[in-house]
Amino acid sequence: MSRFAQHEPTLPLQGRVRGALAFPDQTRFLPAMISDAPVLQQTSEPAESAAPSRLARYARPMLGILLPLILALAWELVVWLGWSNGRLVPPPSRVFATITELARSGELVPHIAATLWRVGLGFAFGVIAGTVLGAISGYWSLARRLLDPTVQALRAIPSLAWVPLFILWLGIFETSKIALIAVGVFFPVYLGVMGAILSVDRKIVEVGRTFRLSGFAMIRRILLPAVLPAYVVSLRVGLGLGWMFVVAAELIGASEGLGYLLLDGQQLGKPAQILAAIVIFAILGKLTDWLIEVAAAPFLRWQDAFGRAKGA
Amino acid sequence: MLALDRVSKTYPNGVQALARFSAEIKQGEIVAIIGGSGCGKSTLLRAIAGLDSASAGTVTLDSEAIGSPHAKIGIIFQEPRLLPWLSVADNIGFGLADLPAAERREKVARALARVGLADKAQAWPRELSGGQAQRVAIARALVPQPEVLLLDEPFSALDAFTRRDLQDHLLDLWADTRPTLILVTHDVDEAVVLADRVLVMRPRPGRLFDQIEINLGRPRDRNSPLFENFKRSVLTSLDRSLDRNVPDRDATQGPGQAMWW
Ligand SMILES: Nc1ncnc2c1ncn2[C@@H]1O[C@H](COP(=O)(O)OP(=O)(O)OP(=O)(O)O)[C@@H](O)[C@H]1O
Ligand SMILES: [Mg+2]
Repeated sequence: MSRFAQHEPTLPLQGRVRGALAFPDQTRFLPAMISDAPVLQQTSEPAESAAPSRLARYARPMLGILLPLILALAWELVVWLGWSNGRLVPPPSRVFATITELARSGELVPHIAATLWRVGLGFAFGVIAGTVLGAISGYWSLARRLLDPTVQALRAIPSLAWVPLFILWLGIFETSKIALIAVGVFFPVYLGVMGAILSVDRKIVEVGRTFRLSGFAMIRRILLPAVLPAYVVSLRVGLGLGWMFVVAAELIGASEGLGYLLLDGQQLGKPAQILAAIVIFAILGKLTDWLIEVAAAPFLRWQDAFGRAKGA
Repeated sequence: MLALDRVSKTYPNGVQALARFSAEIKQGEIVAIIGGSGCGKSTLLRAIAGLDSASAGTVTLDSEAIGSPHAKIGIIFQEPRLLPWLSVADNIGFGLADLPAAERREKVARALARVGLADKAQAWPRELSGGQAQRVAIARALVPQPEVLLLDEPFSALDAFTRRDLQDHLLDLWADTRPTLILVTHDVDEAVVLADRVLVMRPRPGRLFDQIEINLGRPRDRNSPLFENFKRSVLTSLDRSLDRNVPDRDATQGPGQAMWW
């Protein structure tokens, strides 16, 4: 279980991009950078004339699927030819059959629902707490001096170290799981919000001052829009950690959920079931991340992003 | 009338940026402020804008003391400082939030047409050239119809052609409502083209050194001998303000030398 602890976020203070880059394994949170050319060689305007070609539009996402597809087919072939019995590493067809079997028996939906419910609640609590405290720390320097050292100290604790305490305090059931997920989501959101507020361009705040915006108007018309891009990134990072922690929480003890499927598969020696759960985790993780991206897109149209999220 | 009475500014780090600066500027007058780098020009402008308060002395507009940003005073910075999340039209209307939407739209449309960017109303700021962006900034500052417009090196980041274009444009816009213009510049040419009066400042601590009235009608011919004369007297004063010897004739000719930094 200690390997989860290694994924503990090490967000440096401030800095929206630095914040995101501190997760080298989470580069998918920077989808706008995905493009054919090396990032630094891209022009600020993507070659619009080349893009409308239908081939290019569908071929590029397909390119990413190519490698896993070839590997899967190759493995399928190896097992089919009898070169391997595929017992420990079941071929894709058997994983797929397991998923449909789980679905037909009516087990799958409750498992997915249980996990989604935990992630959703934990994410909601973590985001609310992270946003409120991050905003207070970012906006009010006295609060930052008071609050931030404590939060930073707590952040240094690997979040899974809380598990025994949470179980003692909150019981083995849902509450402790949701608390653990919320803790995982809290820190990136807190740091993201605080860093974003601290790095709002003073020059633009000055524009608000020359038009004599009141405190509230300043927040609504200057601060919120300026902070939003970094906030969305921190939400996506937080969601990624939420998915990570739901697995940890469900491995510790659960009678349903995708994490339970993992554990059950291990104990009963059903690797196909483990892989099935992993595939579903991947799909759900990508899907929920995409939902945040889509929900935020209308508010971020103004951004001068590389390649304008086309490759995403 | 805008009255500056012994305005001084000492920054918390002890730098005395401005010492007893006094001047009176008539309504509708165009004043250029010129001086060596670090002589307190920006500090002065920010004090007039109410963005920073003076350590001593007073700024009064029509006998009203200015201590914080005022509705009758607008400012344009060296960078356009457009809000990247608002369209060009919404940027221009930023200071008109109190007006009913219809009236705001109409004023914005008129301002857009006036600065020649009607076709860019729905563009994002990042899609504008530097000159276009600065025109939007000018429109944004002018559309609430300030009585005083402060400009801190507004054209210094632009190429010579665009700069000239915008100087003419600014005079054009100024003629609509004739606000008081106070323009900080590094460009002697720009000062003489635009200003009724040039104030020369001297550094350490920043203070008023000299005033030169530019008694030229408008529009001004940048190539006339009279224009050259005014340029030379501004340059001479500037050089004396920096304790340098008056340069020889050749050095003050040619457009390249007009930008003396
Ligand atoms: N926020 C600040 N804190 C401390 N010192 C400052 C601050 N802003 C300016 N100064 C100092 O005050 C002096 C005047 O600065 P100011 O920006 O007004 O000069 P300026 O005439 O506008 O120069 P430039 O032509 O280079 O823009 C300088 O010596 C500068 O170092
Ligand atoms: Mg300056």
